[in-house]
Amino acid sequence: MSTVVLLTITGLGLAALYFLVASGLSLIFGLMGVLNFAHGAFLTIGAYGTWWASDHLPGAGSTGWGFVLAVVFGVAVGTAVAALIELALIRPLYERHIEQVLVTVGLSLALVALVRATWGADPHPFPRPEWTQRTTSVLGANVPNDRFLLIGSAVVVLVAVLAFLRFTRFGLIIRAGVENRSMVTALGIDVRRAFTLVFAIGGAFAALAGALGGIYLGSISPGQGTSLLIFAFIVVVIGGMSSITGTAVAAVLVGLVQQFANYYAASGVGDLSVVLLLAAVLLARPSGLTARLA
Amino acid sequence: MSGTVTPPLLRMSDVHVRLSGSHILQGVDLTVRRGGVTALLGRNGAGKTTTVKAVLGLVPSTGTIEFTGSDGRNQRLSGRRTHEIVRHGIGYAPEDREVFGGLTVAENLTLAERRNSPHHHDRVYELFPELKQRSRQLAGTLSGGQQQMVAIARLLLNDNQLLLIDEPTKGLAPLLVAEVAEVLARAAEEVTILLVEQNLTVVRRMADDAIVVDQGRIAWSGPAPELMADADRTRELLGVATTGGHA
Amino acid sequence: MNRISLRRLVPLVVFAVLAVLPYSTLQLPGLFDGVLNSPGTLQLLALCLIFGGVALSYDLLFGFTGLLSFGHALYFAAGTYAANLALTELGWGLGAALALTTAVGIVLPLLVGAVALRVSGIAFSMVTLATAQVGSIIVLQDPGGLTGGEEGLALDRDQVPDAFVGVLNTVNLYWLALAYLVLVYVVVTWVTGSRAGKVWQAIRENEGRVEVLGLQPYRFKLLVFVIAGLLAALGGITHLLLLGGSTPRTTTSDFTLGLLVMVVLGGAGSRWGAVVGGVLYTYLDSRLTDLANSPAVQDLPGWLRVPLSEPLFLLGTLFILVVFFVPGGIAGLVDRLRERRAGRRSGGGGPAPGRVVEQLREQVGAGLGGANPRDGV
Ligand SMILES: Nc1ncnc2c1ncn2[C@@H]1O[C@H](COP(=O)(O)OP(=O)(O)O)[C@@H](O)[C@H]1O
Ligand SMILES: [Mg+2]
Repeated sequence: MSTVVLLTITGLGLAALYFLVASGLSLIFGLMGVLNFAHGAFLTIGAYGTWWASDHLPGAGSTGWGFVLAVVFGVAVGTAVAALIELALIRPLYERHIEQVLVTVGLSLALVALVRATWGADPHPFPRPEWTQRTTSVLGANVPNDRFLLIGSAVVVLVAVLAFLRFTRFGLIIRAGVENRSMVTALGIDVRRAFTLVFAIGGAFAALAGALGGIYLGSISPGQGTSLLIFAFIVVVIGGMSSITGTAVAAVLVGLVQQFANYYAASGVGDLSVVLLLAAVLLARPSGLTARLA
Repeated sequence: MSGTVTPPLLRMSDVHVRLSGSHILQGVDLTVRRGGVTALLGRNGAGKTTTVKAVLGLVPSTGTIEFTGSDGRNQRLSGRRTHEIVRHGIGYAPEDREVFGGLTVAENLTLAERRNSPHHHDRVYELFPELKQRSRQLAGTLSGGQQQMVAIARLLLNDNQLLLIDEPTKGLAPLLVAEVAEVLARAAEEVTILLVEQNLTVVRRMADDAIVVDQGRIAWSGPAPELMADADRTRELLGVATTGGHA
Repeated sequence: MNRISLRRLVPLVVFAVLAVLPYSTLQLPGLFDGVLNSPGTLQLLALCLIFGGVALSYDLLFGFTGLLSFGHALYFAAGTYAANLALTELGWGLGAALALTTAVGIVLPLLVGAVALRVSGIAFSMVTLATAQVGSIIVLQDPGGLTGGEEGLALDRDQVPDAFVGVLNTVNLYWLALAYLVLVYVVVTWVTGSRAGKVWQAIRENEGRVEVLGLQPYRFKLLVFVIAGLLAALGGITHLLLLGGSTPRTTTSDFTLGLLVMVVLGGAGSRWGAVVGGVLYTYLDSRLTDLANSPAVQDLPGWLRVPLSEPLFLLGTLFILVVFFVPGGIAGLVDRLRERRAGRRSGGGGPAPGRVVEQLREQVGAGLGGANPRDGV
């Protein structure tokens, strides 16, 4: 029983990471039709930004509020990089989706290489605040606290995104744009501003995932983002490509399947099951689980 | 400065559109004068929709498209982005309505609120009381006629100078056709309309001027009654009898 | 003789030059460290030729048919690991290993393609990416100690003919690599000129129209997927013989992305463009790595040394610049220069080689059951 509880909560923690990365990907894909390969790099940037700030930024540190400040810094850097990339490299290729995807491919290679060139290819130990290293007893299982941090963050992000999409004008524009972009512009709305916004939001979430992933794994390395990205892509497809709730459900599904199969079958089987899950979903319902945003 | 010759509201000269390798508009020249209804006619596939989209910048075009609003300033629309063109006071109701099915009726209208214009929700709900009752319903669950109401409501919500309306009566039941025509006729008292329409009954009732497109070029333009009175010419240009209802 | 038949001769001339190149003792300072026929230079050249061929096999999918696969690495890696297992674990001879690789190179893409091609657009890209990830996971898991995990798998050279073993025989490996490239080039020329090739082109331009004509795009796409996969697998075995081992790096998505970069760099939809892209990319990757480790760079101030020490940073940046400023890649550039010189004489049917990316725009992403029906996303 306690194993099942531990596996479930750990699976949900992993799902939280997937959700943070995949929600931005699906917003970007839904609105702009761009599969963003640079998203893994945003994650890496968030992780390294946090790690760097915890050592160098005045006031920041590896525990308590200092650590929060470090995370805020990492997320801010990830957000800024994402927004700048949209403005400088994606926007000029407006409506040219293949070129936009190619540019994000180039960025994913170049940005990760730049991080590697700057801080080396080897993993760096990541600051882990005291509290996250302790465990909490749940139904007889000793669950590391960082799982709760991951799950809590993802839930907050999920609620915030849904509220943003539902109650703000930008949210309205994004929902409408996912359905029919050109009609949104025909209503006199500059939909490109929404593009920059979803890139920035996606960058922020990915950077947050980078920081949380650092806590969860205890260390960071340049390639981390890219390997997470592939599973995030799978989550996006299973979730219906442009649906936030679909993405959340798919993230939970993928996280749990992966954890349980890796534990009960053999290490690696979980990863394979996830791919099989993807194939099954695509073949059964080519449009994924849900088809609409929000 | 004479001030007696007012320039037309909209002028297109030598407009060409190429889409995925096909030369669709092949040098369109047309003017839409201020006030009243100008009908844009032509057979299926003649290029009517493409002409309207070219005005809005929804398809890439070459040539000149100019707009002279009530402030008298001549604006070049060609090469501008769609949202900038629309902000000059041009409303668009596309051929397939294109309401946002995943948004409620009220959200569809809120989205259509343009920043540089007052918003006339009262006027819209007075014209279409049904939309008020259904304001919280998803637009995708509305009937075709109701969706057309939403599409027209989006036009009338803002202060516009020119409405581009593409086949608003397509696929509607006769009763609804009459209702839509009625609403458009009322709107035409205040704003210029460029109306793409296959239903010649509606054209005869509303249109002051007519422009006929054929194979990507302007084949005829002049007063609408003159075209409608000439049965042979109508048949030749539109492929329909003037007495017919829907083409 | 008119211009057309002259142009047909170009590949033959290039082939002849490449074939006799190992007899040259030319020294090209700056370009290569040693003389042309030194083992080090030949090894690098052979690597370039292999990747020219693999890039061309990828172009068959991406450039000629418009299938944006993110999993081509899988078939290349399957080629090297299958051949390596046959030679090293099973102790088979080279002929048997080649037969096994061929079988794997047909069956694997047939299985994956049969599933992946049920969807199109971005969904297809995702399925190929995911299946390739399976390959990567399996190789890294090192099941039964068969793949060597992260370490890779060294080739047992006892089973390899002597002609392909040892530094002095690098020249034979070079010719093998050249033979592989020629094979790919000939096969691609042949199949793209065949009736199936016409259908592939039609699929790229407008899949709906192919269906209207009563043809089944699925079968034709599966065919090109298998041919491209097989050619990549054969590239894998050549790579294995040249490097004397299999490395898990060839299973990663970065490896496929590298192939995509090569093709776009050289010019998607152009045979020679893809080859040039593959050769150039491989050459730059190798030379930039040498440059990064050279004292000249190590002594530079940090802001210069850091970017210069990562070939992938420079290649990624170069790639972005090409996408922005050189549409159609090298082939597109040459094409435009030629057009300008000829004063745009001929209208010419079909898309110019290398301009495929522009043509593909409207198609990508159309695969998910019309999530965005009116934007043609
Ligand atoms: N995106 C497109 N690509 C290629 N051809 C198109 C495209 N859109 C429209 N066409 C063609 O352009 C012609 C004119 O279309 P359209 O303007 O919609 O005609 P109409 O509105 O008069 O019926 C038609 O032959 C149509 O097939
Ligand atoms: Mg039309």
